[in-house]
Amino acid sequence: MNFTINGQSVEVEADIRSSLLDLLRNSLGFTGTKKGCDQGACGACTVLVDGERINSCLALAVQYQGRSITTVEGLGSDGNLHPLQQAFVDHDGFQCGYCTPGQLCSAIGMAREIERNIPSVVTADFMAVSVTVDERELRERMSGNLCRCGAYNGIIEAISETLEKMPASTQERARA
Amino acid sequence: MSMQSDSANTSANTLPGRWQPAVTQDPMLHKHGALGQPVSRIDGPLKVQGKAQFAAEFPYEGLCYAALAFSTVARGRITALDTAAAEAAPGVVLVMTHRNAPRMKAPSLMMSSPTAAGASDLPVMQDDEIHWNGQPIAVVLAETLEQADHAASLVRADYAPLPAVTSFDEAKKTPRQLDNILGQPPVVEIGDAEAALKAAAVQVDQIYRTPRHNHNAIELHAATVAWTGDELRVHDANQLLDLTAGQLADIFGLEPDKVRVSSPFVGGGFGGKCLWDHQILACAAAKLAGRPVRIMLSREGVFRIVGGRTLTEQRVALGAGTDGRLDALIHTGIVAMTTHNSCPEQFTFPARHLYAAKSIRLAQEVADMDMLANTFMRAPGESVGTFALECAIDELAEKLSLDPIELRRRIEPETDPTSGKPFSSRHLIDAYDKGAARFGWDRRNPKPRQRRDGEWLIGMGCATATYPYHRFPGGAARIRLTAGGQVTVSTAVHDMGMGTATAQAQHIAARLGVPIGNVTFEYGDTTLPRGVIAGGSTQTASIGGAVIAAAEVFVEELLKLAGNDSPLAGLSLAEVETRDGGIGHREDASRFESYESILRRSGRDELVCEAEAPPPAEMEAFSMHSYGAQFCEVRVSEITGEVRVSRFLGSFDAGRILNAKTATSQFKGGIIMGIGLALTEEANFDPRSGRIVNASLADYHVPVQMDVPAIEILYTDIPDPQAPMGARGIGEIGITGVGAAVANAVYNATGKRIRDLPITLDKLM
Repeated sequence: MNFTINGQSVEVEADIRSSLLDLLRNSLGFTGTKKGCDQGACGACTVLVDGERINSCLALAVQYQGRSITTVEGLGSDGNLHPLQQAFVDHDGFQCGYCTPGQLCSAIGMAREIERNIPSVVTADFMAVSVTVDERELRERMSGNLCRCGAYNGIIEAISETLEKMPASTQERARA
Repeated sequence: MSMQSDSANTSANTLPGRWQPAVTQDPMLHKHGALGQPVSRIDGPLKVQGKAQFAAEFPYEGLCYAALAFSTVARGRITALDTAAAEAAPGVVLVMTHRNAPRMKAPSLMMSSPTAAGASDLPVMQDDEIHWNGQPIAVVLAETLEQADHAASLVRADYAPLPAVTSFDEAKKTPRQLDNILGQPPVVEIGDAEAALKAAAVQVDQIYRTPRHNHNAIELHAATVAWTGDELRVHDANQLLDLTAGQLADIFGLEPDKVRVSSPFVGGGFGGKCLWDHQILACAAAKLAGRPVRIMLSREGVFRIVGGRTLTEQRVALGAGTDGRLDALIHTGIVAMTTHNSCPEQFTFPARHLYAAKSIRLAQEVADMDMLANTFMRAPGESVGTFALECAIDELAEKLSLDPIELRRRIEPETDPTSGKPFSSRHLIDAYDKGAARFGWDRRNPKPRQRRDGEWLIGMGCATATYPYHRFPGGAARIRLTAGGQVTVSTAVHDMGMGTATAQAQHIAARLGVPIGNVTFEYGDTTLPRGVIAGGSTQTASIGGAVIAAAEVFVEELLKLAGNDSPLAGLSLAEVETRDGGIGHREDASRFESYESILRRSGRDELVCEAEAPPPAEMEAFSMHSYGAQFCEVRVSEITGEVRVSRFLGSFDAGRILNAKTATSQFKGGIIMGIGLALTEEANFDPRSGRIVNASLADYHVPVQMDVPAIEILYTDIPDPQAPMGARGIGEIGITGVGAAVANAVYNATGKRIRDLPITLDKLM
């Protein structure tokens, strides 16, 4: 199977039954992407595919051949953290750190959804030209990413600060 | 009792300059420096890059993957176990059942010996007997995870069922009294509380119920294990490393030093990341197959083989005079447990220490069920005990027409109500006053159903939080100082996200007078000096005790090395302090020598010292607890019964706060788990089959972003004179009192008292 992962093209032999999550973790060594439920309920496995966030545990790897996949490893690096990664550190948007890669990828995908004016269930006006981003919108849109340590408020602070600083469309490839 | 300062203490049995628990104070008590600062997590950059390596992420040559098959009956014998299809499936390396598993000793129950880590003492896959619905019956090893999962699905079993007790109502007909509750008496009686209750002017007498809960850390339980000859290496997700290594050595008949367990990162614990069957089975299968093994439970697997918090049924009865003073305080009840574990969910513990009453009766029993062993989960006992007690206090306040905070002020005790010991430091009312002012408690109308916003009824509630201080003996710390001034402190403890490594780096920097950038804190590996468990909010104080002891040896060694040519010549431990990267006279600023200079002059490259913490005498001498006041505002839909927590404030008195940022996160995290306890969390146990029916994160609802409001945290930051650094534990107190604060707010909003958690919509319709 062929994939583009974090800008690099990758070829790998894998079981046709592999989820994208297990392929990333077990066959390719991208262990930054986490497994928390393997059934789409926790969001720990969230990655970006062509800029959109998906639960990689619910994705059959074989269906994502040729697509561009971004994992947490593609966001930033030592001394060159992505602004959202730095904001998570600054606002203590995690404790154990296990759900964090999924939170980061999800937040970046979410920013794009807001930029494209995709409404959420709490959006008052579905026809509005632009979605008003407030805390309630962010909480609703990030509710697919569980954090059992309860770092939710720090996560929202980190996302809000980053959204204010930079446009969503630049977030996926942005580094500090 | 007045506190003696260490310098003033001259009695014959004291050791000048040493911290002697219950006799002297930690000299750090009022020192600051790096302590208390909101330092960002030192492992933060690793975690946000996905570079923190968790248990299932250690690569091995020849690694195979494990999958489990589980029993579908609660009790019985396996009469047929067909593994042929699984064995023939592609990629399968081994199918292990009770027929071919290596002979292993059964685990010993946690706390039954210094190396016991067993959550139950049942033998693991040693015979055909089934003890709970979901017990592992087979382990499949295969070359890939997909192959292992598929093959495990092919295992077929038949059972001869045995009579099973799977109904709590049935089980509680034959209650059993334990001989102790975590070392405390199961029954406490002061006076005749039942008679005093009957005679009291005002009475509350209610039954409260709390359901089963699961920790549900987002990291699935996992281990990567490998044998080299008779040496066993375990990469685990673990919060009791040394106990786990000792227990595994015992199970497999190995010398303790042949087992190495490490856990540099743990993806959430909350009491659940201890020793369960999966690590034992992975080690056994790896031994049998002669291959390294990785096991990661499915989320269903976590519900099947990792126990959670048990259910409770509690009676709280309060008898009071018209002034609110308690004539009788009764807290009794029963929890579900098994005959093969010992986790009594100590729900009567808060009532032992919180309020003054003329007569007291506290008693708790267990009802034996055929189920997975229940275990400790964040604030075991206190989380659910405070729900019952603090709801009852609220009910009493209403009957007395007293503000619930004023009632608590009137029943604030001067000494511990059951032990009679002095409190080391207690500022509960202070926490209430500060919290009430900040939250706007005076805007609460004591009469229910008075505030409304459209379909939403709005109410406020408060409740007391409490959790004991505890310091475990037996932990050691090693300090290594290099000639370049770098300090490494090592002990086999844990950071599951509590911020241990960060707070301890701050502590060590302050204790040794070095910049935090020069400090490395090593933890998470049984090759390090013996550490304490991460449980019972004890780790920070326990590490503190060990670091104090090691630092005393460190200073004494340096004074010896400094010798007669040093400005420190002739000074003893009691006369010096660490400061500015060296040692100086406490009162004479001119007498100072840096660590680097001492090492250089003595021709040393490094200095290594190790010491064990002194026994926790302070716990014997004092009643030591953390306290808090939880304030909650809810909105309840009159149409659907939906409850939304709209505001929350926790005001804590937990001693000295070591890191303002990570401590606040700990408090908030506890409160959020408490919101789950109050409103949504319940592991549904089928009383017919004894099976958990909502074994997934889709059906067991933990709080999500949308369930969480703005949360404000206040703390007194008053050092506890008896605790190392003045700090009591903060990991668990956050969840206590939350259930009651929410329930009391729901009552204030709706006029309905819900005494049966979780407070779901149906109960308010």
